[in-house]
Parts: sequence; structure tokens; C-alpha cells
Amino acid sequence: MNEQEQDRLKQILQEAVPPMDGNPELGRDLWPAMLRRLDENPAALPWFDWALLAGLAGVVAFFPASIPLLLYCI
Amino acid sequence: MEGIAEADTVEREGQKDLLAFRHGDLAAFEALFRLHQRAVYGWVLRIVRNPPAAEDLTVETFWRIYQAHARFDPARGFEGWARRIATHAALDWLRTRRIEYELPAEIPDRVIADPAITAEIRRKTALAFERLPPKLRIAAVLAVVEELPQKDVAEALGISVSAVKLRVFRALRLLRKDLERQGIRP
Repeated sequence: MNEQEQDRLKQILQEAVPPMDGNPELGRDLWPAMLRRLDENPAALPWFDWALLAGLAGVVAFFPASIPLLLYCI
Repeated sequence: MEGIAEADTVEREGQKDLLAFRHGDLAAFEALFRLHQRAVYGWVLRIVRNPPAAEDLTVETFWRIYQAHARFDPARGFEGWARRIATHAALDWLRTRRIEYELPAEIPDRVIADPAITAEIRRKTALAFERLPPKLRIAAVLAVVEELPQKDVAEALGISVSAVKLRVFRALRLLRKDLERQGIRP
């Protein structure tokens, strides 16, 4: 496809799919919907926090002697 | 002088909000939400071209933003980061939605630059555009339809400028093939 064909297709596309208003009005304030969304889905722990917890649990299970050391670190 | 002092205060307040948001402060998040909701909505609307879906995706975008607050870097600014998250939310929506082959009633009733591009060609082109793979469709809509600088498109998609050019090229090639299948030789 040469440059001329590309330009022609761009022109057809621009006429078929008109550009949107760059700064459209919002019909309503979305903050109440945002609050509902936050209530429905309380922030989840990231996966790496779960991995860290699992690692710590493993250390405690296999090396109980490390508990005092872990408590000291905390 | 008063104007400059006021602008400084606003900037300081903005920076304060960004730092507080990074630590998960809900009030700071609300301030950012209210400041940017319209811009995010406008950006998403340009991609999905469906106002109710754009509203839902604006909330989805801010939900993702709130979840990722700890990864936010105030030095890099909020707008570009929000725009990138919004673009990905819109891409996910385009991937999962059912393609609507019925076109909206208000397709271009405006000054037509080229009379050779008939209503039939416009209708079939709009259909072919709907059928483009979402990644190519986003690149085409932002770079060709909205005529945004390729650098901005690249930033929003998290890809290089040459990758944007390639996606636009592939989108146009697919569009031409689709039109040819529909009996139109552009």
C-alpha cells in the first residue's frame, strides 16, 4: 500500500468516523459512582504482599526456632 | 503579583494532593478525581465513542488509579499516568464488548470534503472500523480520526512512535481489505 493509498484511506476514515469533541461535558458527577465502587471493592493487598506473607509462614513452619528472631526484627 | 502568588498556592496545593494521594489519602484522591474526571472521560470517549460506556470506564480508570496509588510517581505528573491507565481500561472494554454492526443514527451529517466518498462508502467504512482489532483500532482512532500527535498516542499506549506508525499502517491495510470484501475499492 503506497502513501497515496494510505492518505485516501485516512480521508475516507475521517469522513466515516468523525472526531469527537475534545472537551465534552460530563452529564453527571461521577464521584458518587466512584464511592460505590470503592465500597464494593475494598483495596486488595498486592500479590507481592501475599507472597511475602506466604514466605514468612513457610519460614515459621519449617524453622520454628526463627520465631524469636522474626519477632525481634518486627 | 497577587495572581502569581495565587498560582503558586494552587500549585503547592496540587503537589500536596499528589503526595497525599500517593500515600492513599482518600480526600486527596477525591480532589484529583474532581479535577481530572472530565479530561479522563473525554479521553475515553474518544476511544470508545459511547457516552454511557465512557462514564463507566472513567470510574473504572480511577478505581485502577486508586489501587495503584503506591506506584504513582508525583515527579512524572498525574495526567499522563491517568491517560495511560484510561487507555488500557478502554482497550479492555473494546476487547470484551460485543461488536455492534448496527451503526448509530447520527453518522456524519456535516460538510463532506470529497463528494466521491458516498454515504454508502462512509457506512461500510464505519462498519469495517468497528471490526478492527482493538489495538489497531485505538491507534487509528487517536492518530487518524482525532489527529493527535503520534508522540501522545505512543505515550498513552505505552509503545514507541514507530510502533504507533506500524499499528496505523496495519489498521489501514485491514480496513482496505475489509472494504474490498464489501465491494468497495478505495
